Parts: sequence; C-alpha cells; structure tokens
Amino acid sequence: MSTSTATPLSGPEAVVPPAQPGRIVNEFSIQVATVNGSGSQTANNVLMRSIFQMGVPVSGKNMFPSNIAGLPTWFTIRANKYGYIGRKKEVDFLVAMNPETANEDVMTLAPGAAVVYDEPLKLSALRGDLHFYPVPFDKLVGPVCPEAKLRKLVRNMIYDGVVAHLLGIDLEEMRKALFKQFGPKKAKAAQLNWGAVVAGKEFAAKNLTKTDPYVIERMSENAGKLIIDGNTATALGCIYAGATVLTWYPITPSSSLAEAMIHYLERLRRDPETGQATYAVVQAEDELASIGMAIGAGWAGARAMTCTSGPGISLMAEFIGLAYYVEVPVVIFDIQRVGPSTGLPTRTQQCDILKNALLSHGDTKHPVLLPSSPEECFSMAQTAFDLAEQFQTPVFVNSDLDLGMNNWMSDPFEYPTEPIRRGKVLGADDLERLGGFARYRDVDGDGVGYRTLPGTNHPAAAYFARGSGHNEEARYSEREDDYVRNVDRLLRKFESIRAHVPAPEILDRPGAKIGLVYAGSSRYACEESRDQLAAEYGIEAGCLRVKAFPFTAHVGDFIDRHERVYVVEQNRDAQLLCLLRMEMPAARIAKLRSVRHYTGLPIDARSVTREIARQEGV
Amino acid sequence: MSATAAGGPKKTNRIGLELAPYKGSRTTLCAGCGHNAITERIIEICWELGIQPWQVAKISGIGCSSKTPAYFLSLSHGFNGVHGRAPTLATGALLANRHLIGLVVTGDGDTVSIGLGHFMHMLRRNIPLVYIIENNGVYGLTKGQFSATADIGSKLKTGTINDLPPVDCCLAGIQMGATFVARSFSGDKRQMQGILKAAFSHKGLAIIDVISPCTTFNDHEGSTKSYSYMKDHEEPLHEIDFVPAYEDIAVEYEEGCVREVELHDGSRLRLKKLARDYDPRDKMEAIRLLNESKESGEVLTGVLYVGFAPTFIERLHMVDEPLATLPESRVRPSREALDQIMEELR
Repeated sequence: MSTSTATPLSGPEAVVPPAQPGRIVNEFSIQVATVNGSGSQTANNVLMRSIFQMGVPVSGKNMFPSNIAGLPTWFTIRANKYGYIGRKKEVDFLVAMNPETANEDVMTLAPGAAVVYDEPLKLSALRGDLHFYPVPFDKLVGPVCPEAKLRKLVRNMIYDGVVAHLLGIDLEEMRKALFKQFGPKKAKAAQLNWGAVVAGKEFAAKNLTKTDPYVIERMSENAGKLIIDGNTATALGCIYAGATVLTWYPITPSSSLAEAMIHYLERLRRDPETGQATYAVVQAEDELASIGMAIGAGWAGARAMTCTSGPGISLMAEFIGLAYYVEVPVVIFDIQRVGPSTGLPTRTQQCDILKNALLSHGDTKHPVLLPSSPEECFSMAQTAFDLAEQFQTPVFVNSDLDLGMNNWMSDPFEYPTEPIRRGKVLGADDLERLGGFARYRDVDGDGVGYRTLPGTNHPAAAYFARGSGHNEEARYSEREDDYVRNVDRLLRKFESIRAHVPAPEILDRPGAKIGLVYAGSSRYACEESRDQLAAEYGIEAGCLRVKAFPFTAHVGDFIDRHERVYVVEQNRDAQLLCLLRMEMPAARIAKLRSVRHYTGLPIDARSVTREIARQEGV
Repeated sequence: MSATAAGGPKKTNRIGLELAPYKGSRTTLCAGCGHNAITERIIEICWELGIQPWQVAKISGIGCSSKTPAYFLSLSHGFNGVHGRAPTLATGALLANRHLIGLVVTGDGDTVSIGLGHFMHMLRRNIPLVYIIENNGVYGLTKGQFSATADIGSKLKTGTINDLPPVDCCLAGIQMGATFVARSFSGDKRQMQGILKAAFSHKGLAIIDVISPCTTFNDHEGSTKSYSYMKDHEEPLHEIDFVPAYEDIAVEYEEGCVREVELHDGSRLRLKKLARDYDPRDKMEAIRLLNESKESGEVLTGVLYVGFAPTFIERLHMVDEPLATLPESRVRPSREALDQIMEELR
C-alpha cells in the first residue's frame, strides 16, 4: 500500500457517516473454515474481490496447514471502511464448512456473530447467542453440477452466493470477480461455478431471514486499485530491475515468487524477433547451489538473484560470507516463515532479520531491505539490485509469508523513473586508458573498489577473486596490515550504504511522548494500534517504519524525540530491537521497549495496543 | 602453428602471445606434487592451442588442487570459492556470459566428498566446461585424511586402512551425463597434453580425473595413489594424438591401428591402439571396462568416453550476447507492458 492509503483512510478526526441502528456496515471480518484441497481458495478470492469491487477496503489472509489435502484451513476477509487492513483476531461472520473444526470455530465466536454452516453439522444447537444460517450444500450442488466428481469443488461457490445475499454484496460484482478469477481460458468452468453462486443466492433469498447486523455497502475507496500478492509484486520488481539470472530451490513461502517470475519473464523478456531469452532461470539442486550459481553469475556481471526462506538462508550462510568478502553483487529474497528448523512452514514471522543482517562466520554485515506492501515489493526489488551492484555486496530483501502469499489491495506500480545502476565496472576502454587497476583499492573514498567482468577483452582485466585473505591487488595475503585494511574498508563501504538505503516512513504526532518503531508487514497492526491508543487511552504515539538496515539517522532522531519507544515486531527474540541496540548509543537504548508477536499468525492491532497499554500502566 | 625463430624474437603462439602470460604465480605446493605437473600441462596446452586467456574463467573450490588456478593463466579471471561448490560458481558464471571458457580445477575431497551433490548435478546438466579433478585420495591441507576416492585397502601414513569403496569419478561422469570423460596420470606428460587439448575442443562437459600423487601424505608403500603404484598399475587404453581444427595435417598410420574421433570444433583425436581396440564413443563398453578394471586393480587411462548432447546453456535458449552486458533497453520491459499487467490485476 502507498503511504496515503495504508495510513487509515480516516483517523479519529475523520467524519464517518453513522450506520443505521442495528447495522454494522463495512467494518467486520468474515472467516471461512474449510478443508485444505477442497477448492475453497477460488471461492474465497472471489468473495474478497467482490467486496473490493464494491469499493470497500479489504484484506484476505489464508491460514493454511503444511499439507496438500485434508487438514483444516481458514481464510479471513476483513472489510474495513477506515482502511484498516491488518489482521483482526475477532471473527464476526463465520462460514463453517469443515466438520472437523466447526464446533470449536463456533464456540470461540463472540456473542452476536453470524454463522453460515453446512446443515448436517447441526451447529445451531451449540449456542443461543449467535445468528445461525443452515444451508444444505449437498442438496444444492447436485442440480447445478451434474458431474459428481466436480461437486466437491463447486460446492464451495455456493457459500459465496449465500454470503453475498446475507451481506448485500452486489451479485453483478461477484459475477465479474468470478469470471476474472477463472480468466477467459476457463470460461466453461466459470459458468459452472457461477451456477453454484446463483443457487446459493436463490436458496438464501427464499429460505433465510437475516437477523445479524453485518452489511457491505458500496464505497468509492478503491478507485484505480488492484489486487496482488507480494511475491508476484516482487517478481515484477525484479523483472523491471533488469534481473538476468534467477537461481532457486523450491521452498514455501518463496516458491510462488520464482514461479511468478518465470511466468512474467516468459511474457516480457524474450527477444520479439528471435524468441530468445534475455534471462536464465535455474531450479538448482539445493539452496547451496542456488546461491553459488547466483554468486557465480553476479561475479561474471549478471544481475543475479535467488529467493528462499529461513532454512534456505541457513544453508547459504557460508556462500554469503564469500560474496561479502570477495565483493560480489547478489540479491537474496527471504520470504520469512516460522522457524526454527521446519517450524511452522506455512505461517508467518519476521524471524530472519538479525540472522540476515549478520549472516555468515567472521565479521559480516549486510544491507537488509524491509518492504511492507506490494508497491514496496516492486520498488525495493529495484533498489536491492542497484545497491548490490553499486556496493558490490549481497543485499537481502526480507519479505514474509503474510506479505508474500496473501492478496493485498495495491495502487498500480509506478514505472521506474531511475536508470539501472550497474556500479563501478571497468571495460576494455577504461583499462586501456588506465593501464590497469587494483580490484580492492578505495579510489573514491567510499570503500567501493572498481571491478572488471570475466571475458572483458583486455589483457589487464583479470583479477583473482578469493575467499582467502587478499590485498588491494586481489593477491593472496596473510599479512595483518592487509587484512585489517581490507575489513576496515568493508566497514567503510557499509557506512556508505547507509546513505543510500530507503529512508524510514515517519508519522509524527505533535506532543507524542511515546513512539512506535516497526518494519515490514507489522505496519498495518501498528498504524491501527496508534489510532486505538489515541481513541481508547488518549495516548498519542508517533510512528516510524524502518525500511532498511543499516538504519539511517532518522531513526536515532526519532528515538530522541520520544520518551519511550516501542519496537514492535513478529519474532520472539526482539531481533529488530537487537539491531537497534547494536547501532545506538546507551541513552537511546535506554528508551527502547519491546512488543513481540510470534504465534505464526499475522500481528493484530489489538494485541499491540493491549501490550503497550500494559507497559504504559494504563 | 606457432612461429619459431631460433635466436630471433621469443616464440609466440597463433594469437601472438608468448608463453609467459599463460603462466601464473609461483606454486606454493610441495616439491614433487602431482598437481604442479598438471599446472604445467595447462600452461603448455593453452599456449599451444592459442586460447585467449581473458576469455577463460578459472574456478576452484578449496584444497591443495584448488590453489593451483593462481599458478597458471595470470591473465584470466579466477575465482577460488568455497569447498565443494566450484560447479555452482562455474554454472553461474556461464549463465552470465555464455562465451566464457570455463575451467574448473578441484580435488577429490572437493568433488566427491563435500561436493558430490553439485558434481552429480553438473554432470546431468552437461555444463560446457573443462573440469579437472586432481585426485590423490587424501586431504592434503588438513594433513592426510582419506577422501572418498581412496581405494579399499589403501593405507594412510598412520597405518589406517580404508575399508569403504571409492567413488569412481569417471564412471559417475559417464553415467550421469558428462559428454567427455578421461582419466590420466600426472606423471604421463604426453597423454595429459592430448587429453587436455581434446577437452578444450569439446563442446559440453569434459571431466578429467587425473591421478596426482600427494608426495607428503600419500606416496608411501600401501597407497594406491602413489607414483610407484601408478607406474605398476597404469594401463593406457591408447596413445593419443590431437590434431587441432586449424591444423590440417595428414599422418599416415598403418591400416587398422588408429581410431579417429572427430570433435565438435573439427579437431580430431587420433587414438593409437595398444592392448585393446577401444572405441570411446561406446558408452556401455566404457562402463563395462571401468567396472572390470575395478576388479583387476588396473588403472585405465586415456579418453574413456566422447559423446554428444545439448549443453545446459543451449537448452536455456538465451540470446547470443552475454546476459551480463545486455543494455537496459533489453532487460527492462516497457511502460506499456507494465500498465497492461496492472490493468489485468484490477
């Protein structure tokens, strides 16, 4: 999301038209509980998109198991007229399709919630304080889907029709959403599914009486916007960054990044005349190979990248140290998931921040970019490649499962305005003019030497890249002065990077005594929490969203402006806070507090607000 | 052919370079190390073939063998990477610039112990490069532990006897997809020269397993990778003559005693028969013979297999220019294309 839209559309000062008594309009969450592999994803995306097309700010979060089929899965759609699109824990409207979880799903609802459920589950007997809507899905699916083996998939579309009727979603919007979801090539399947939607709608109209207060009404907040997941946005960003080599090994939740990239590369990056590719993609044998190939390609001059998640990063650790010390540009996309080890592979966390910043043995430090939205996934991919080549070093982009795999509203991406920056590369003409070069000499005082590419047509082009100790001329050296000069220059280079990473987004509040510092996908919960703190506790809080490590001077200034600063993040060990401690003087460190969320589900505003209120003693 | 003028200017090769630019810095390996002989052969044949040094990317892993790229081709870019993973760096470099001449020099620990996985996948991809395994059966830099090519019954200096079967790099190479597979002995200068020249002329992955004794840790009685063991057990399959494409020399051989194998670039291998009539284009025969030699204890040397298959780089259907230097106009799609995608996602 861009700043202007992700900042709640209206803060407490905004005027919101009052809903009619007894009606809750565009401010609730829907949860669909199904069985993994039952085709519910299509129905859920159509439902989310219908609400989006009604102009209502919306987000969708898929909570799925590490399983192909059979285990429970939940999809939560949050519609919010104020533009709060972070996760909301409380479910207001449940669609209970999974017999295994239905009882528990119902028992955990707050009083007053609504439940659409599969009639044979007999859920209405469980509680008397909810609005129940039984639907005989099996009876309805038969007539609309004569082919028995497709019924399991088509059945789920029926709840879209039922929910559309109960919430007042314009059925024409749902039809558009459905046909868009299936695309022109699957028009026949779309027609079949549309029949199921209509059957659900007609059943509801004839048999169900609405008693719950939840309603979707048309707004005009989403004009010009689109829906995209973070991984696809990153893939497009890499393509527009001019990435030429992608090496990867399948791992959730990063595989869809590589797959989206392959899809769009095929379309965008083949020579129109010859059909030849201006890129290479290799699915490697493991993550060691994928980073090795990317480093080999970066050394030889490609804009090279790999994408992975935590376990892959662990395997890449040795190679990343080599790239740091040999000074090879390479970009690593880490779509973070819950560790340690296999952990919860389909759940989200921000748990590789510290690891990536300091990855590998010896003294190593790497820039880490922290996108928070599809727009930033797109633009920061380009920044990452430019930084990697300008500073001849590995650059991490830490996305996460929530951002990468879920669908988000987004403004259209802006076409890059800056040229691609290839950094300091000497060609044959330069070498002819200079007569030679020293690969690791700090000619310009920024810690960055000049490099040449293998294959440069000049006898003075070669240098020997090595992970062992080397001097300015790239020759083998174990001399202590050579070693110290070299690693001190690398530190100087890291300081130069500081001036080139994206600056944080700062939302100051006049008179605010406390500040919130956060990064990446934590922004939605934090921005909503800031408004909750003001509205419910009278606590004003400034906000600073870090976009990169190393931190820019803005971060220290922000800490100075506040009495206490809450660092909000999605991991157990306060990793972002640890990095701040590493870089800040004692007086600033003393102001830092920690708010951590690490359940594997995306962070929510209520949890942040409660924890800050507790620590504030209010 | 190189110009030779006794007493005149120094000898230059067919691209006008003297031998000196093909050399590297002074070796720091032990005196008598087989690897030094291989280094000499690389220098000689690259000069003789007139290979452009700055088109070569020399890549290695970690170990004694992996140090050697510093000792040859000082005008070539080099990358001494991490242990066992030279194939990945080399693959990446060739993705970035398909016109590079890839030369990987590694050892047995690198290739079939820590790096066996990458080795296997490099084989099945048929990455177009020359891959030399300087095979001495031990780890030298860590002072004499067994590697995975040590033969059953081979003895360390400490008296420890290896009881695990070795990985045969050539057998693996043939079975997994390398299109040129040879074995040689660092002490056999003439054979090595012929094999190396053929390997550089081959289009595809050329694997050369060179038994290269470690004089410090594995050249004693009881070692199966020592100079004396090789002298007793080496069994050359043929005598090798290499005729480069640019040199059309007709040599008369007695009928039936020479096999000629034409390589992709028009060069020819002339293999003079010894004990056997061996055809290196016969994959099954190569596999059979290698398995048989395991039982007999012979170390078969020579060109074991020459085949043809599309290389990995060819399979990728890339543009002819190196990806590394494509201009922005070729790698950043248009504004209209982006707008179109955005429209589709609305």
